[in-house]
Parts: sequence; C-alpha cells; structure tokens
Amino acid sequence: MEALLSYLDMGGYAAFVWPCFGLVAAVMIYLFVASRRELKAREARLEALRAASPRRRSGAAQREAAS
Amino acid sequence: MSRAATTVSESRSLHRFANPARFMRAADAVYPWALAGLVVSLGAGLFLALFASPPDYQQGDTVRIMYVHVPSAWMAMFVYASMAAGSASYLIWRHPLGVITAKAAAPVGAAFTFLALVTGSLWGKPMWGTWWVWDARLTSVLILFFLYLGYIALMNAFENAERGQKAASLLCLVGVVNLPIIKFSVDWWNTLHQPASVSRIGTPAVHESMLWPLGLMALAFTLYFVVVLIMRTKSEMLNARLRALGAAETGER
Repeated sequence: MEALLSYLDMGGYAAFVWPCFGLVAAVMIYLFVASRRELKAREARLEALRAASPRRRSGAAQREAAS
Repeated sequence: MSRAATTVSESRSLHRFANPARFMRAADAVYPWALAGLVVSLGAGLFLALFASPPDYQQGDTVRIMYVHVPSAWMAMFVYASMAAGSASYLIWRHPLGVITAKAAAPVGAAFTFLALVTGSLWGKPMWGTWWVWDARLTSVLILFFLYLGYIALMNAFENAERGQKAASLLCLVGVVNLPIIKFSVDWWNTLHQPASVSRIGTPAVHESMLWPLGLMALAFTLYFVVVLIMRTKSEMLNARLRALGAAETGER
C-alpha cells in the first residue's frame, strides 16, 4: 500500500504529472469518440436515404402505372 | 529507367491516391492495422513511461511528462505539415482529397498543439518556476494553435464551401513559415526551452531507458492520428455526398 502511495506521489510532483496524462487521455478519447460518432451518424443517414430512395422510386413507378 | 521517367511514374502513383474512392479503399485496408498498432504501442509506451523508466537525476518524476509532451509537440508540427501538403495539392492540382484530408486533420492538429502547450505549462511550473513565458518557442507554438483555429474558422466562414476551402488552404500554406520558426526558435533566440535532444546531429542526448518509451509514445500518437484521420476523412466524404443529396446536417456546408 505504501509502495503504491509512494508511486502515485511521483516524487512530490503528482499535481503536475497526473493532470498531464489525464488531460491527454481525455482529449484523445473525446476526439476519437466524437469522430467515430459523427462517422456512424453520417453512415446511418446515408443508409436511410438509400433505403428510402427505392421506395420513392417504386412510389413513382406505382403512380405511373396507375395513370 | 531514367531519373525523369522514375519521377514521372512516382508522381503518377502518388496522384492515383488523389482519387477519393481509391484512397478510401487503401485507407480501409490500413485502418485495422493502424488501430492494432496503436493499441500495442500505446500499451507498451504507457507501461514503460509510467512504470519501467527511471526518474531523471535532475527533474525527478516530472520527466514522465516528456512522454506525452514531446510526441504532442511533434505531432502538432507534423499534422500541420501534412495539412499544408494537402492544401498545396488542392490549390495547385485541384485535388479535392487534399482539402478534405486537411480539413479532417485540422481538429486533430489543434488538439495536439493544445496538449503540447498545456503539458508544457504543467512541466514548466515545477522545473522553470513559471507556467508560461513569452519566449520564441512557446509563443511560436501558441501562434501554431491560432493558425489551426483560424483554418477551422475560415473553412466554415463562407456560404460557398469552395471559397472557404480556398481561403483556408491559402492560410494553411502561408502559416507553414511558422514551422521552421518553431523548430529553430531554441537555437536562434534565448529561451527557457531546452534545445533538441533527440533529433540532433550525432547521438541523441536522451538515455536509452527514456528513448524507448518516448519512441513508442511517438509511434502511438502517429498511429492515433492515422486512425482518427481515416475516420474523419471518411466522414467528410459522406457529408459531401449528403450535401449533394441536400440532406447534410443543418449548419454544415
């Protein structure tokens, strides 16, 4: 336990070392997750449009057939 | 093959990747390897940086800040240089992929620059006795951060997307002059910041036990950039397709 506390203390510089690693981790994880989320949202949007367009075409075809 | 013919064929092979569809096929093939490499190098790099490497004889455990500060600073400059290459290819050859990748890279570069500034500040306080000084190295990196922000703002400032792309690409190219200033600022002016210790002529001034974690963390940061760049470039391409279909998100051009 004492060894762990001594390690976490970073020779008295814990207040500088850990915020550095924490901030780097936070920014890098945020950017990764935000980029991935945006990509997935756009993929889903495009997929939804693709899925909707055959229905629109078939609707037009149906109207054409009806007229 | 003559030298001229080699140059032409090399140039053609590079231009092949300016085709967005071909580029994305190559990027899709690279992505899983880059992600696997990122996980391995980051795991090994963090283990060495936080547990297996010794404290410095003068700086004590604050030297561990180097393992995130230095790769962030390297990447801040590398990302800007690659954005400049993309912007140049867009302005000279009208390669759309050049501006798409540069736009995708900008927030990543801005993030690395921000991290280099803040981790530098957190390292400066215990070692120099100050969070910040207006010396050449720190100020030129702050200017780099503003260049990234300016690029992102310009890119989105116009109703006409192409005008924004041209203006931002031009700013990016003009800003390249800042890169040698950052690199050589520690030699040209008096500064609190130490001169280059790794990329200097001859042997590095850093001991092997610290060079390994530094190298692994630099590799991890580079692979992180590759992974995020692929995702963001793909996302930009999809957004362009959505825009063409008139279905892009509100507020995006």
